[in-house]
Amino acid sequence: MTKILLALLIMLSPVISSAQTDMDAIMMGKKRFCIGPMYSYSSWKDYWEGSLKRDNENIGTVSTEMTGLMGNYGISSKLNVLFSLPYVKTKATAGTLKGMKGVQDLSLFIKWMPVETEMLGGFFSLYGVGGFSFPLSNYVADFLPLSIGLQSRTASARLMADYQTGSFFVTASATYVLRDNIRIDRTAYYTTALHLTNEVKMPDGANFNFRTGIRNERLIAEAVVNNWNTLGGFDITRNNMPFPSNRMNATTIGANFKYVILPVRNEVSMVLGANTTVAGRNMGKSNTYYGSVFYVLDFNRKTKSQDQPSKTN
Amino acid sequence: MKKTFFLTALLIALFVILFIGCSKDIAGRTDNTPALNPVNTDLNAGTWKPILLTGPAEFAIAAPIATNTPEYIAQINEIKSSQVDLTSEEMAIVKYWSAGAILRWNEILRELVAKHNIPPYQNADGTYPLPSATNPLAYPLFPFSNPPYAARAYAYVSAAQYDALVAAWHYKKLYNRAAPYKVDATLNLLVPQSDLPSYPSEDGVVAGTAVEMLKLLFPGDQDFVQQKAAEHKRARILSGANVRSDIEAGEALGKLVAQKFVTRARGDRAGAAAGNQAAWDKLEKDCIARGETPWISQELPKRPPMLLAYGKVKAFLFDSLTAVSLRPGPPPLVGSQQMKDEIEEIYQLSKNVTRERIRIVHFWADGVATYTPPGHWDAIAAEDFITKNFSEVRWARNMALLNMSLMDASIVCWDTKYTYFNARPSQLNPAIKTITGLPNFPAYISGHSTFSGAAAAILGHIIPERAAQYNAMADEASLSRMYGAIHFKSDCVVGLVVGKKVGSYAIERAKTDGAE
Repeated sequence: MTKILLALLIMLSPVISSAQTDMDAIMMGKKRFCIGPMYSYSSWKDYWEGSLKRDNENIGTVSTEMTGLMGNYGISSKLNVLFSLPYVKTKATAGTLKGMKGVQDLSLFIKWMPVETEMLGGFFSLYGVGGFSFPLSNYVADFLPLSIGLQSRTASARLMADYQTGSFFVTASATYVLRDNIRIDRTAYYTTALHLTNEVKMPDGANFNFRTGIRNERLIAEAVVNNWNTLGGFDITRNNMPFPSNRMNATTIGANFKYVILPVRNEVSMVLGANTTVAGRNMGKSNTYYGSVFYVLDFNRKTKSQDQPSKTN
Repeated sequence: MKKTFFLTALLIALFVILFIGCSKDIAGRTDNTPALNPVNTDLNAGTWKPILLTGPAEFAIAAPIATNTPEYIAQINEIKSSQVDLTSEEMAIVKYWSAGAILRWNEILRELVAKHNIPPYQNADGTYPLPSATNPLAYPLFPFSNPPYAARAYAYVSAAQYDALVAAWHYKKLYNRAAPYKVDATLNLLVPQSDLPSYPSEDGVVAGTAVEMLKLLFPGDQDFVQQKAAEHKRARILSGANVRSDIEAGEALGKLVAQKFVTRARGDRAGAAAGNQAAWDKLEKDCIARGETPWISQELPKRPPMLLAYGKVKAFLFDSLTAVSLRPGPPPLVGSQQMKDEIEEIYQLSKNVTRERIRIVHFWADGVATYTPPGHWDAIAAEDFITKNFSEVRWARNMALLNMSLMDASIVCWDTKYTYFNARPSQLNPAIKTITGLPNFPAYISGHSTFSGAAAAILGHIIPERAAQYNAMADEASLSRMYGAIHFKSDCVVGLVVGKKVGSYAIERAKTDGAE
């Protein structure tokens, strides 16, 4: 019988937690394109089997390395499009299971700021973000915890509100994520019942994100709390293997810094951040570190003077 | 602003097209199986050779009451009143069960196997707890339905159902009671008509046998099993296929036959298959004494090798001397050039994986929380049998032949594993990483290969036009264990050969059991 090697991971957190993303209240100015490489390293030794926290000597520490390219283009200062394209590599330090690697999912977002108004001596803005993601390769989803992703096509809708007074800001968002069924390599699987099919119904998800700190022309320093919940799915039973349609929940807390190194027209900035999982279900208790460098390409004609909104970078 | 509006509208439209249009609900491959409508009722199946029964009349079944008695008429009226205003749930259970009793109970058994196929978590002191049949709901749940346990469970249930149906067919012909819809033409029939006498009901027989066998094999799941049985019997009354006395007589017969198989199972030595620390130590010592490298558990903490005395279990198709004679010669010596080459071959496969090879590994892995390789072959067989419109008794006979082959393959395979007690590739070269879970028992011979060789042989006999495909599937299942980097070539090649030999005993039985 196969050796038991359990636990979970999932690729959500690295994408979610990086700066200059779909989840922050930052808009690129018109015809400005911010692009850069990102790297993140996430690992866990303990994980939640259902709600039971445990470790597993047959898997040791599971790590996920992600390198990717992220970009954000300003169609206008109120409408941005974003993308992220990660390459993922997993590894377990104990046991015999081989890690996996490959190009994961392409994420695309449209970020729209319909409301920006003065309020109580500061600025209040509202955002709507729509997103899609889909796998770019036929990677293996059904090999948790060493899969590089879940293969599910997703569509997400987010409402986000931001308030800034002076350098102080606070941002809160709520996201609903529709997740499409996936297909796995085997012809039957057991969840809480036997399914005689290779198709797996993936529960939808909801995400809540709260961030606060200081934000000005040169620097963003923020504390971030993120809460991801799978709306449905089932628990890993005692000593069982994880499965893509498990109920996967995670709450992370972290800090995130962005510093504009070269505050010129084609500015260069860097992002550093980290987060740790404080609560979860059917997922690893992971610590994640990440960093990226962004370069802004300005496609506006040089002769025209720039009049960027205060929050644009 | 206009552009913004347009883009937002586009986004919403895409969202809707991508997701709202496609339903998330998934149909299982056998959910919409049409009602069983056998091309041949096999009216003379009462003369087929049973497996354990001394004859089809070993257990007496009383003659049915006449169809003109008030009691029988009351039973007809029970059907009629149950059919008034059928709910969609009632229609659904009629549809589900009409696909075939052997099919559905095989699927239920596969579900129980998958549910229970999880190795226990260790104790605090690094030992492992054993599931207890007398306390099945305490952790670790009983049973741990690993492949040998599952193979034996499938075999006992299938063989008992076959014997019980042979007896049922004997009484059907003997008593020749017409089906309720032939007695009362006004009765609404929701399943295909049959000329088969309805007493005792084959559905009652199959359900009764399953319930009784599963008390032994999955004693903690009786609530689930009883609920399925109640639903099955209800479906037959709702459909108008059987009156209550047909079903009750069948159920009683099924239970009696099952008890004979339960008695056999209690004495087939499976109870001692787990072995103990002393037996494990001895296997290791004996292997070292032969000058070889013994198998070492690569789990932490070290887990006892799976069912080290399972090779002594009593087979269905041959006696214990024959079982031993089917044991192949030893694997290549660890120090031999052949073994060096085989280690290198697996190392290369482990290092250079391809997506297609991973697909093959995972397609056949049938590891933790699955219905195991024997269950996979049952699934393959069941989906082919559906297309054949076999009678229930022929379904049972073919499933019994297949599952006795799989169980006996597991016996010969486990006997071989613990005779040679040799290492897995990743033990001999720790740089070998596996593409699927590493089984916690010796390598030679590959269980998947032995199971698949046996299954392909008997299935190729039952459905000759598919023989080439079954052999190709067996080859792929066998190869998948090398692609997964958990078996050597010798394990797989020899496993297939041994499996085919086991299968040939089932073929010999098939040729002489009166069904061909």
